[in-house]
Amino acid sequence: MSFARFNFKRFGAVVMKEFIQMRRDRLTFGMMVGVPMIQLILFGYAINSNPKHLPTAVYAADNSVFSRTFVQGLRNSSYFDIIREPRTTAEINRLLAENTVQFAVTIPVDFSRKLVRGERPDLLLEADATDPTAVGYAIAAVNGLVPTIFNRDLTGPLAPLQAGSPPFNLVVHQHYNPENITQYNIVPGLMGVMLTMTMIMITALAITRERERGTMENLLSTPVRPGEVLLGKIVPYIGVGYVQVTLILLAAKFLFDVPMIGSVPLLLVLVLLFIVANLAVGITFSTVAKNQLQAMQMTFFFFLPSLLLSGYMFPFRGMPGWAQDIGEVLPLTHFLRVVRGILLKGNGLPELMPDLWPMALFLAVMLTVGIKRYRQTLD
Amino acid sequence: MSTPEFIIDVRGVTKQFGGRVVVNDIAMQVRPGEIYGFLGPNGSGKTTFLRMLCGLLTPDGGSGHCLGYDILKQSAEIKKHAGYMTQRFSFYEDLTIEENLDFIARIYEVKDRQAAVEQSLERLTMTARRRQLAGTLSGGWKQRLALAACLIHQPQLLLLDEPTAGVDPKARRDFWEEIHQLAADGLTVLITTHYMDEAERCTKLAYIAYGNLLAQGTVDEVVASARLTTWEVVGKNLHAVADQLRGKPGVEQVVVFGTTLHVSGRDAVRLRESIAPWMREEYRWHPIASGLEDVFISLMETAADNFK
Repeated sequence: MSFARFNFKRFGAVVMKEFIQMRRDRLTFGMMVGVPMIQLILFGYAINSNPKHLPTAVYAADNSVFSRTFVQGLRNSSYFDIIREPRTTAEINRLLAENTVQFAVTIPVDFSRKLVRGERPDLLLEADATDPTAVGYAIAAVNGLVPTIFNRDLTGPLAPLQAGSPPFNLVVHQHYNPENITQYNIVPGLMGVMLTMTMIMITALAITRERERGTMENLLSTPVRPGEVLLGKIVPYIGVGYVQVTLILLAAKFLFDVPMIGSVPLLLVLVLLFIVANLAVGITFSTVAKNQLQAMQMTFFFFLPSLLLSGYMFPFRGMPGWAQDIGEVLPLTHFLRVVRGILLKGNGLPELMPDLWPMALFLAVMLTVGIKRYRQTLD
Repeated sequence: MSTPEFIIDVRGVTKQFGGRVVVNDIAMQVRPGEIYGFLGPNGSGKTTFLRMLCGLLTPDGGSGHCLGYDILKQSAEIKKHAGYMTQRFSFYEDLTIEENLDFIARIYEVKDRQAAVEQSLERLTMTARRRQLAGTLSGGWKQRLALAACLIHQPQLLLLDEPTAGVDPKARRDFWEEIHQLAADGLTVLITTHYMDEAERCTKLAYIAYGNLLAQGTVDEVVASARLTTWEVVGKNLHAVADQLRGKPGVEQVVVFGTTLHVSGRDAVRLRESIAPWMREEYRWHPIASGLEDVFISLMETAADNFK
């Protein structure tokens, strides 16, 4: 580097020019200044890696003072919100599979009788452990309750039960991912994350590029219809999406030993919905963005919340209600539940329905906006 | 479709952008086989008018037909039978010559597509270079490729937006040869240009400035309609003479051409009075026929006074 040749006036000229250009491009400027602020506030308040108030089902077959004390103890821990009271084991399994509850507590019929006799009865806590980080703190909290929770109830002749080993035995079943292997949760999720990222970006650039290079004017002067252009631009990338899905599935199986309990063909069919939904987002962005840079920025504007609010990086249920509402709109949120549901839980179509229609709705809205926004003239 | 009397027959065509009138109440009639030259200064609304004819822009007002189809309601039909060559090269630079032609042929649903592409390549004399990427072509070849692509669906009307901008004189001449050949075969051509030699090769001309149509007709008609008188002066120190003549009553244009000077104005009498003091020994004056360029500059300046 020869500093003798570095001329500060010339350097200043370049700096000035960059500032002028930056200011002219309002959207870019907004994206650089406004968006980080929005996201700071959004994510700052939304993200919580120690989720509380997790939906819980309690099946109290034994209606005794101990049952009530235990349930109250769960509530007081603030980790559990009891939202269902199922009456059968099958119902518990369904609630867990459908993602309605994160935990299910079963208090067996003869719990209090055995407890009073000092037989240390079992109490079953089942957890949906697909995301190990989402349940860890809550399970620890219950374990903390066990030794002392019944101390106030164990008085008089029962007082001796307070001493020594706990009066009952907490059995924890971590369903779907008993060994708490993070990869089981992350690798299937990555499929969704990568599809979101690449599908939106590729298509967002597709139409913007036509406009930037001037080829749009030519295309518009031909008889080609908007639907033909938009679908024609989507279809090749569906193929690309499937290549990605295949690679990730192979890696999941052979590199990470991710269990594949459910039907992989079903997953391959349903992933189409997700791919097309993302492509539709990209197309819509590209009809709004003036140039390829803006299209890229919009992609990131969409990608970041998808990453952070979908339950991929942080437990979905740890977020406040409003953030969960935003998350529910994003297709990635639902796809994560579908892919984890199929691979880890072995879910079939009936259990997946609650997550399929929101994706379909999202797709329909995005495609409509995209086609409406795609102008057939240069007006 | 029987050949109609007019390929383009529109009136009252108007377009505004954000309150600014870009094309103002233009009427135009173009007969089959005509090469219609469209002239005017930059930003005068030529491109906008062409885009409205081929359905790329929706007119705010006006009515009429293009190729027998309603310009407001049937732009989809017009697109099928017209070819539009944009000002800027607008084919895919990352596709080969052949791929570009094939793509356009598919879009227009050309029958016997491969034969059409093959024929197009031959006419371009690009058969050997068919696998070359369009982006690597020089300006002149890009222009030829663009023309070939616009013709692949055998349109009845060709709209060319400054097709020869930045193209060398030889390529320009070849291009016009081809245009004349196409017109002889019955194709109607509407072409915008800034070159006077090109304007003179058109069968009809229209001059547009600030969105207004100022003159229309054959070259002779346009020149005659301007009623411009032009004098040529030969002599020394013509720059000084030019400076002194400018602004004198009746003197509208003073243009120096090397060793000669053209002085023109529409009021022949006052022009004569103004130049009289310089009609001396050392300057030789004689009246000449006004050229197209003189006429257009005159029209443009008048338009500037009237519409600006």
